[in-house]
Amino acid sequence: MTALLRVESLTKQFPGVLALDNVSLDVDAGEVHVLLGENGAGKSTLIKMLAGLYLPSSGRILLGGEEMSFAAPRDARAAGISTVFQELSLVPTLTVAENLFLGRLPSARGIVARRRLRDMARAALDRIGADIPLGAKVSSLPRSAQQLVEIAKGLLGEARLLILDEPTASLGDRESERLLELVRTLSGQGLGIIYITHRMREISQIGHRVTVLRDGRLIDTVPADTGEDRLVELMTGRALEDLYPSLPRTPGAELLTLHDVTGPELHGISLSVRAGEIVGVAGLLGSGKSSVGRTCFGLDPLHSGRIEVQGKPLKQLAPAAAITRGIVYYPSDRRHQGLALCRPLFANITLGSLRHAKASTFGLVNRRRERSVATSYVERLSIRPGDIGRRTELFSGGNQQKAVLARGLIHGTQVHIFDEPTVGIDVSAKADVYRVMSELAAAGKAVLLISSDLPEVLGMSDRVYVLHEGHVVSHLTGDEITESAVLSTFFGEASTTTPGGPSA
Amino acid sequence: MTTLTNNASASTPALPATPLSRRITAKVIELGLLPILLVAMLVVFATVEPRFLSAQNLTNVGRQSVYLLLVTLGQMIVLLCAQLDLSVGSTIALTSVITALALSAEVPPVLAVLAGLGVGLVVGLVNGLVVAFWHVPSFMVTLGTTSLATGAALLLSNGAPVTGVPLSFSAFLGTGSLGGIPVPVIIAVLVALAVYGILYWTNFGRNIFAIGGNELAATVAGIRVKAVLVAAFVVCSVLTSLAGVLLTARVASGEATLGGSFVLLSIAAAVLGGTSLFGGEGRIGLVVLGVIFIGVLNNGMNLLQISSYIQQLVLGAVLISAVALDRLRARMG
Repeated sequence: MTALLRVESLTKQFPGVLALDNVSLDVDAGEVHVLLGENGAGKSTLIKMLAGLYLPSSGRILLGGEEMSFAAPRDARAAGISTVFQELSLVPTLTVAENLFLGRLPSARGIVARRRLRDMARAALDRIGADIPLGAKVSSLPRSAQQLVEIAKGLLGEARLLILDEPTASLGDRESERLLELVRTLSGQGLGIIYITHRMREISQIGHRVTVLRDGRLIDTVPADTGEDRLVELMTGRALEDLYPSLPRTPGAELLTLHDVTGPELHGISLSVRAGEIVGVAGLLGSGKSSVGRTCFGLDPLHSGRIEVQGKPLKQLAPAAAITRGIVYYPSDRRHQGLALCRPLFANITLGSLRHAKASTFGLVNRRRERSVATSYVERLSIRPGDIGRRTELFSGGNQQKAVLARGLIHGTQVHIFDEPTVGIDVSAKADVYRVMSELAAAGKAVLLISSDLPEVLGMSDRVYVLHEGHVVSHLTGDEITESAVLSTFFGEASTTTPGGPSA
Repeated sequence: MTTLTNNASASTPALPATPLSRRITAKVIELGLLPILLVAMLVVFATVEPRFLSAQNLTNVGRQSVYLLLVTLGQMIVLLCAQLDLSVGSTIALTSVITALALSAEVPPVLAVLAGLGVGLVVGLVNGLVVAFWHVPSFMVTLGTTSLATGAALLLSNGAPVTGVPLSFSAFLGTGSLGGIPVPVIIAVLVALAVYGILYWTNFGRNIFAIGGNELAATVAGIRVKAVLVAAFVVCSVLTSLAGVLLTARVASGEATLGGSFVLLSIAAAVLGGTSLFGGEGRIGLVVLGVIFIGVLNNGMNLLQISSYIQQLVLGAVLISAVALDRLRARMG
């Protein structure tokens, strides 16, 4: 049987960089083929060539046995390859139906045939079993629904191969579950699927085979039930003995305390973090967990309740004031909230932290000192490439995240709040982030880890609060922190443990 | 062209093997087309009209460009914050009327100048406070202050030139010179150096670039964004008022019609000099070149006795094509 898609010795050379080096793989009809690799491994380059965005430097792409040459994305679409990129391509101000048929609205004499549009849109959404109001503006939909609209759009026409680029990266667990179910259904219908993910657990759930890339080269194609350790080893080229380091640490005084904190997404949250402690906050999307961090930092309004740092209430809730009082917050969305992408790396590292880096006096910048501080953090966090003058947007996601990390570390505060610190970054970068977090705790800082990545919460935390719809539904300590204990309370059922309570 | 080649080889001495053409291309992609266009224009004007290169005429270009330079430096600061100041023209008008009224009332010149600069302070505060605290787009706010300042200028002057500016005032700040260099030129050069220092050597400057690059990220990083925005608008308006004071000295009267062309030209010069309209990116050296470019173009066309109507047409066409070419370059880089 011929494979649906056959990629033969595909190579892409950019000026000065060999992004993809002689990679071959094939995807069968009805197969979910997982592409695995760290950032910069060549996954994006590969799918961009399949999507018609890049021209291969050499090598062949065969679809259904026929050699393809895509000059533009529409050629790939016409051939039956549909790609859903991580950055969604929807127009937020238009409705779901209009987005689905953007550029080819059904019309009669230039007037949009609204009923036909509705029927066609309904049929498209039914195919993937999505129940989304057709007339809703895309901007009013949650991210998961937007993702479904994007997939429905991708399946219009005669798609034979669907490429999904980290479709679950910004989804919570329940939404992810539904999306995986959809992927299974679609592959059952005979569609070939290339699936990119950083979530190792999804591989065995939906994958058939896994192709691992590293540094632009094909490392191996293995069955999807290959063990996680082995996959990580293939991906990073080294055995990862311990992703979650555990430096010795002893909890001390309470540094951050929330008393009955209420806001738009929070309803009476009480929790605490002590010195030398990593405290996890888990919960589904919409549980309010990420509002906990934003409220402490003054980014979400506080309606009632009290936030205390080292026992003293935080009166002025704004980022600048919070930093002065010893809280630093690492935002989840580094591109929008963390970095000025057009600026050089060093300027992002020292953004707002020049004084803490002792690189400015009376408002004047000491440029030599600024650069040496930036360089020292680039080395400490192994940011690659180590060129501090390079524009920040040219760095990979993991290295960008480390730049945000470096800035927070320079502030030298007592309390560190991480909001989804490892979203969309590769395993080695994750390991670096975890190392920094446990070094902080070992040095007697208080670390609050807000995350949708359950293994990370379980692996890093000394205590875990589980949130549901703005309430703390369980509080787990030590051996109680297990996957089943956390999951059992995810949907709101209170566990046997007493909910809430600021102290352990 | 020779200067450009020399620059390229000086900056990459370690790579003698790189073909000259590629090094030039790299430099063009880095610095933009402006230096080349400027040189080309100088060559054309010098060939067609020999008087163009006379010391007298070049001094004239400098003298005429001073006012635009001051306004453009301010505009650049606002543009770097991803904002826009459309009120510079009317700020000049109101400054001129207030300064002249003060002088004609025989207020000491120093106080009259301060009153003029006070106009900038007030306009800048209004612009900055409304933009920062009420989140009104600067496009709208500065359009509003344009109308306010123009109205005030017309009201105060009754629409007629304000006379009574003492001769000594205009002789010093308008046409005077120190050591052979016109006073306004000296002032503008000092201001340009100061703005350079502010942008590259101070926390304030760093924060301006950061806010334009990503306002939300700057907030999260603990920068007091509102304060920086207000300060940026105030600096822009005060520099504009300084230009207004110097212009008043130059024409020796207070005019509510001064400054009309400065809105377009200041934005054009900044953008010609590579300042991004989306904020966060720009180089002061190139912005100064942008101002000189417009000054030379005006001066050359005057020397060639091209009618002012046609000058307007040429200016518009040159601006649009220069910026369009620059976008093309940005995509190559």
